[in-house]
Amino acid sequence: MVSANPPVLEVRDLKKHFPVKKGLLRRTVGQVYAVDGVTFTVNAGETLGLVGESGCGKTTAGRAAMRLVEPTSGSIKVEGQEIIGLSKAELRPYRREMQIIFQDPFSSLNPRMTAGDIVGEPLLVHGVANKKEREEQVSALFARVGLRPAQMKNYPHQFSGGQRQRIGIARALALGPKLIVGDEPVSALDVSIQAQVINLLMDLQRERGLSYLFISHNLAVVEHISHQIAVMYLGRIVEYADTRSIFTNAQHPYTEALLSAVPVPDPAIKRKKLVLQGDVPSPVKPPPGCHFHTRCPYAVARCKVEVPSLREIAPGHQVSCHLR
Amino acid sequence: MSSLLEVSDLGTWFYTRQGIVKAVDGVDFEVAAGETLAIVGESGCGKSMTALSLMRLIPDPPGRIVSGSIRLAGRDLLKISEEEMRDVRGNEISMIFQEPMTSLNPVMTIGKQISESLILHRDMDRKQAMKRAIEMLDLVRIPEPAQRAKEYPHQLSGGMRQRAMIAMALACNPKVLIADEPTTALDVTIQAQILELIVELQREFSAAVILITHDLGVVAETAHRVIVMYAGRKVEEASVGELFARPLHPYTTGLMNSIPRLDLMRGQTDRSAERLQEIPGIVPPLFDLPTGCAFAPRCSKADDKCRAERPAYEEKQPGHWAACWHTNG
Repeated sequence: MVSANPPVLEVRDLKKHFPVKKGLLRRTVGQVYAVDGVTFTVNAGETLGLVGESGCGKTTAGRAAMRLVEPTSGSIKVEGQEIIGLSKAELRPYRREMQIIFQDPFSSLNPRMTAGDIVGEPLLVHGVANKKEREEQVSALFARVGLRPAQMKNYPHQFSGGQRQRIGIARALALGPKLIVGDEPVSALDVSIQAQVINLLMDLQRERGLSYLFISHNLAVVEHISHQIAVMYLGRIVEYADTRSIFTNAQHPYTEALLSAVPVPDPAIKRKKLVLQGDVPSPVKPPPGCHFHTRCPYAVARCKVEVPSLREIAPGHQVSCHLR
Repeated sequence: MSSLLEVSDLGTWFYTRQGIVKAVDGVDFEVAAGETLAIVGESGCGKSMTALSLMRLIPDPPGRIVSGSIRLAGRDLLKISEEEMRDVRGNEISMIFQEPMTSLNPVMTIGKQISESLILHRDMDRKQAMKRAIEMLDLVRIPEPAQRAKEYPHQLSGGMRQRAMIAMALACNPKVLIADEPTTALDVTIQAQILELIVELQREFSAAVILITHDLGVVAETAHRVIVMYAGRKVEEASVGELFARPLHPYTTGLMNSIPRLDLMRGQTDRSAERLQEIPGIVPPLFDLPTGCAFAPRCSKADDKCRAERPAYEEKQPGHWAACWHTNG
């Protein structure tokens, strides 16, 4: 899908390194290369899925793209406007355009605020509406995400996990953003509830032309919701393509292994699995060359020394592997 | 296959301020040596409480096993003393948990933790036990086992810790291994390694495995037989092939349809038009279950009979059991 509008979010060569401090003087002794140069684009009205395992940097990439953590370097354009270098005040109007939904609906809602106040808070902070308008808007948001407006005066502990995630979604929608970053928004939910929340997110996208940056480790969920997918490994994107290409024509050995590791809920299907050996290396001392070579079944000598670049091997299909 | 473990009419209740919570409400099942039985369901369905009941690890108060029997090779575990039970745990039945970091002792080396059960149950001295512990670590494919045995849990990765837990659980060659969401906290590539390991080791040890999980993919790839639980009761039971081919209970069907599936959607171009089938509503609170079928408030097939009368758990087809008024054989 090609849209006429400028991309909602364009991230170029984004890096986020965290210093590792040690000793009495807290001297910096190393860097955690959490996000080590990622480039991606979220088109208007579309979903980009960011997948990878724990520690691959997908969450940090999502937060750095919103400047919730300050990136080490790189460029972030929101609807064509560079937001790196903007002051807090200058950034404010862009904050309204980008909202986030968190994984854990238990720790991301203030237990001392009513659900109505939680959802209305962004409106208050950005001074959008007076009290009465606010209540009306919050009530409409409640109804839209499938909660009863009467529940506005309840506190978070009175809601189930799925309902709390709906509160989180309503809060994210309050300012009418263009982009919502979902950081594992359905991972903590039971499958029957997960389906409800995924359907809600997709309905909202169609209705409001929302764009999502959908961060998840669950490939099946990402496949279902995304138009484009970026696969991350140790701080870098290893493969980037439209959803169909990723799932029918995966080119990177890591993507291949990820796909083959997902258990299929059908005992009639017998597949040969590509089971990776070993663990993800530490991002403090990532291996030289291709980060994946320590676990890659096809690695050759070149992979151990030379960093592969992300190259386009077919229109819109990028892979970072020497062997492709 | 003759059954190694026979559970009948197991009831585990919790006495809370809101009322009696029947976490496990009249559950029966059998497992044979070398067989993997999966118990699936969502949070609060009673699957973990069933597992803890088998180990007699229910916190009392507020919980209590109020009825039933758990026969392991003929002996009823609910009739023996706590002291005798201590000799069963970790020896004849062992258990691995979801989060290895919280179930391993953080201030004890891995080797010592594995040795502990060997010294206790197998009368080994420390040296023998450590030697066996290192063999076990090697068996679960931990590289440099002698070195790892000297390390503490925090020095191991999540996958390694789960391997160490499995080594510990299998050290005494138990007859029954209970795995409670053994891979839920792990990444998919590590999950694949651990599941492969469990299947292989089961063949080697010919233990009966009870696999507790919410993941139907894991069930399909590892189990022989499946029990589906909802609100403390069994709603369906069948061989894995039969259950996935012909699910009878609307809850089972609902679960299967609510997960996005990679294998089905691969290659489709326009997925954005598709909706996942949802199961409306939420699991009812266990202290306030509806009369009749507990699933009725969320079920599209529910009628007055379902709301009034609890469906009997019946064999609808040979070897295929379900509790539903709307499955006619």
